[in-house]
Amino acid sequence: MPQHLSNLTETASQTGGPYVHIGCIPSFAGIEGVYPQDLGLSPIQPGALGQQITITGQVIDGTGWALRDALIESWQPDSAGRFAGQPGADPAVSGFCRFAADKDSGEFCLTTVKPGAVPARTGQMQAPHISLWIAARGINVGLHTRIYFEDEDNSADPLLARIEQRNRVSTLIARKTGEGAYRFDIRLQGEGETVFLDI
Amino acid sequence: MTDLGPLVPRQRDMHPVPYDPDYKTSVPRSPKWPLLSMESTPSEETGPRFGHGVIGPLDNNLMLNFATDGSPAIGERILVHGQVLDEFARPVPNTLIEIWQANAGGRYRHIKDTYLAPLDPNFGGCGRTLTDDQGRYQFLTIRPGAYPWPNRGNEWRPMHIHFSVFGHSFGQRLITQMYFEGDPLIARCPIAATIKNRSQLDRLVAPLDMPMARPLDFLAYKFDIVLRGRRQTMFENRLEGL
Ligand SMILES: [Fe+2]
Repeated sequence: MPQHLSNLTETASQTGGPYVHIGCIPSFAGIEGVYPQDLGLSPIQPGALGQQITITGQVIDGTGWALRDALIESWQPDSAGRFAGQPGADPAVSGFCRFAADKDSGEFCLTTVKPGAVPARTGQMQAPHISLWIAARGINVGLHTRIYFEDEDNSADPLLARIEQRNRVSTLIARKTGEGAYRFDIRLQGEGETVFLDI
Repeated sequence: MTDLGPLVPRQRDMHPVPYDPDYKTSVPRSPKWPLLSMESTPSEETGPRFGHGVIGPLDNNLMLNFATDGSPAIGERILVHGQVLDEFARPVPNTLIEIWQANAGGRYRHIKDTYLAPLDPNFGGCGRTLTDDQGRYQFLTIRPGAYPWPNRGNEWRPMHIHFSVFGHSFGQRLITQMYFEGDPLIARCPIAATIKNRSQLDRLVAPLDMPMARPLDFLAYKFDIVLRGRRQTMFENRLEGL
């Protein structure tokens, strides 16, 4: 017998289920009075530096139906590429947001500032992006993906470069629909399926 | 010099399968193409931190945190406690844990839940806390009831509490469910059965913890949670192209 490793195994994930909002954004779910307000209502405060942007979209299942019960979390640096807590980070950017698909239309909306570029471990610069994590009924392990921007130079991004099927790169790039406005739909399955990350 | 390195890649076979026909909603909501695997970057290694300022004194007491007339929620009084560790068995201190659950009758306080069991006016069903410097946490709550749900013809969820845990990195983000020792519905549940590794499912079942039960007051269950770790070696900084 070789020596014994004392490492542990990560706890298994389970779906957030249909009532994930009760736990994560209870006021949105109609449960008032337990907390003063939901966590992660906005990733920015007034005065945040950089360009303010709004990203709208839907989370769409394999049949083409927009989920009404998806919960999304976003994480990003400030406009100079610094994450909250790092030296020099913009104090008006927490970088974390929680938002839900609208219960009638399935549309979500994230208002934030455009993030700056952040290096990868190799030192290569990554193009500006926002990290997303999606939880919902029927999603057994939360899904990681990223939002990149159509009007940025994404040509040298190391993650996008790893996508073998170049026709799938566009699933990670938000389309510009106006000044400071972008569209980013997340397709869980089927035609135009979003690239999800094991990262 | 030891550097805090990249996140340990997830062992996907230790997690549920994304697509499982017995859990019908997973069928249209599971990606068909493989995930793109890559070494973590600062985008996944950093993550939101929450201070004690956001946590109220009753946030981890679901018996009382929605009590409208001051009386506690109805149900079997329980303490749920445990420790959050990483894969290298290091405690994860000061990290946010959120839980949500049905009431003692198996009903959620949610507009979409129309189960026959009544709402409890003194039970909201959510709680949160930060782990201490040893990664430990505690909740006081009532044992949730089992409940029926639309899937196959006669489907019941075992008693469970939903857990959301942050860790210190966005890549550690985890949502899971805690089950209760001895519940015969666990073995019949298609959601629990999305986990194909038996010992991984067993680790979601909290044992009765009698030494931690308080006589004449509450029973106790212990539920430890392990998050992804970060490698720490002398060799983590690589030059471009190597
Ligand atoms: Fe549930």
